[in-house]
Amino acid sequence: MKRSRFPMAVTASVLVFFYLPIAVLVVNSFNASVYGGRWEGFSLRWYAKLAGQREILHALENTLLIAVSATLVSCALGTLAAFALHRYRSALQRWHFTLIYTPLVVPEILMGMSLLLTFVAAGVRLGLFTIFLAHVTFCISYVAMVVLARLQDFDFSVIEAAQDLGANAWVTARRVLAPMLAPGIASGALLALTLSIDDFVISFFVAGPGSTTLPIRIYSMIKFGSPAMLNALSTLLLVVTFTLVWTSQHLITKGEQAK
Amino acid sequence: MTGGRKNGEWAVTAPTFVWLTLLFVIPTFLVFTIVFKPSDPYGGIGSGWTLRTLFSLGNPNYPAILWRTAWLSALTTALCLALAVPTGYCMARTDRRFRNTLLLLVIIPFMTSFLVRIFAWKVLLHPEGLIKRGLVLLGLAHSDTSLLYTPGAVLLVMVYTSLPFAILPVFAAAEKFDFHLIEAARDLGATHAGAFFRVFIPGISRALFTSVLVVLIPCLGSYVIPDVVGGPNSEMLGNKIAQRTFSDRNLPHASGLSAILTLAVLIPMVWVVLSQRKRETGGGGSILKDIV
Repeated sequence: MKRSRFPMAVTASVLVFFYLPIAVLVVNSFNASVYGGRWEGFSLRWYAKLAGQREILHALENTLLIAVSATLVSCALGTLAAFALHRYRSALQRWHFTLIYTPLVVPEILMGMSLLLTFVAAGVRLGLFTIFLAHVTFCISYVAMVVLARLQDFDFSVIEAAQDLGANAWVTARRVLAPMLAPGIASGALLALTLSIDDFVISFFVAGPGSTTLPIRIYSMIKFGSPAMLNALSTLLLVVTFTLVWTSQHLITKGEQAK
Repeated sequence: MTGGRKNGEWAVTAPTFVWLTLLFVIPTFLVFTIVFKPSDPYGGIGSGWTLRTLFSLGNPNYPAILWRTAWLSALTTALCLALAVPTGYCMARTDRRFRNTLLLLVIIPFMTSFLVRIFAWKVLLHPEGLIKRGLVLLGLAHSDTSLLYTPGAVLLVMVYTSLPFAILPVFAAAEKFDFHLIEAARDLGATHAGAFFRVFIPGISRALFTSVLVVLIPCLGSYVIPDVVGGPNSEMLGNKIAQRTFSDRNLPHASGLSAILTLAVLIPMVWVVLSQRKRETGGGGSILKDIV
């Protein structure tokens, strides 16, 4: 049967729309021109200049420190929460689910604002620690949802079998549950890591003096800095994203083939 | 045994329950309380209670900003859906290998740094940028027209950043959709458009509600996009919250505006929950059943 060409035309335009700005940005990062208005020859000077920026390196350090610690804590909490939601059907778990689900649909600015008010009211000094607390708070929900989806196609009779065969709770958790949940936890962790590294709005609200993260740095470069150096930095970030997405997608398709 | 089970349940529930109560539930209620507190000269929260902030929220500029926030968000959502539905449909109908590539191409912008994507548009829309020069060359724009710092630029970039969020739910639903239904409708005499709107759209309606929520709610809280590509005549509620927080350091006022935003976000959420409930009790799938 003949199909309409309209959806295909829309899809093609959407892809051009998605990639045109990114492509221009990457090309401009190799442009010798300061404002990138026209092509003035190939150059790596913006990358060289970028390498000399200590502040960016320092911001990157802060970002990675927060991302790794927030991912570890939110993975532990999120996995535990997903386990509770899946294992028990009670009024408590219905509340628990609402509590975990709601942060996903709250605009970032509200979360940033409400956390800022809390920290100010409680007299907590703003800085890396408050950013860490905020990141764990929004990452928990994502990790819990990803792990919960994984648990839903999980056969609990395996656990009973392990217990029948004499395994205690600890051995069951470590030898049966953990290996089966590992892929779910890993994708939850990857998501938490990405969200934490990318977060600007919430971090900006709860940041204090000396706790500049990479997105906060990028934001001030967008507002006040030189676009050429930012082109180079953005291109480097894009390369990291492409590699991460491609690798995780590759792992997923491999995992599906293995089934 | 039941006692042990209850303890076990509490042991695995308490950590997240306590964490989210302290850092999500209490903060959300705090937003509504701080409105009634005075600000202190150091940018903190003073002691005592006052109604002053509540009255200052009657600022004559605010209705215009609220209205702009509402229409920009609604228009962004409508445009995203109009683009996401045909795209999701097309992705689901292509063969498997190409489909994975398409999915990857949609996920990459979704995972790309939010700030980088906004910056890319700032460069493109810049007076010296590619789009402006192209338009002038084609005679479509005058050399002094400004593309940047307009509500149109804010709309464009909001659509750009939200579109992947709209496509992914539509694609997930379309992938599970049974396309034989469309063929059946065509055999029974439906046109392309008729089959699309009366069979496919009702079939993926749940995903459409999801798409509306994941686009509309973040848009209502937009702050970075109007801040970077918008001007004074394209400010949104989020900009005002940030201004009161960072420039004037009047936290009670900022929290009053946040309370308004919270209420604004609740409206579409309640609407979606209610209409989905109606759909489930009323015969939502009846159009499908009639055709099959």
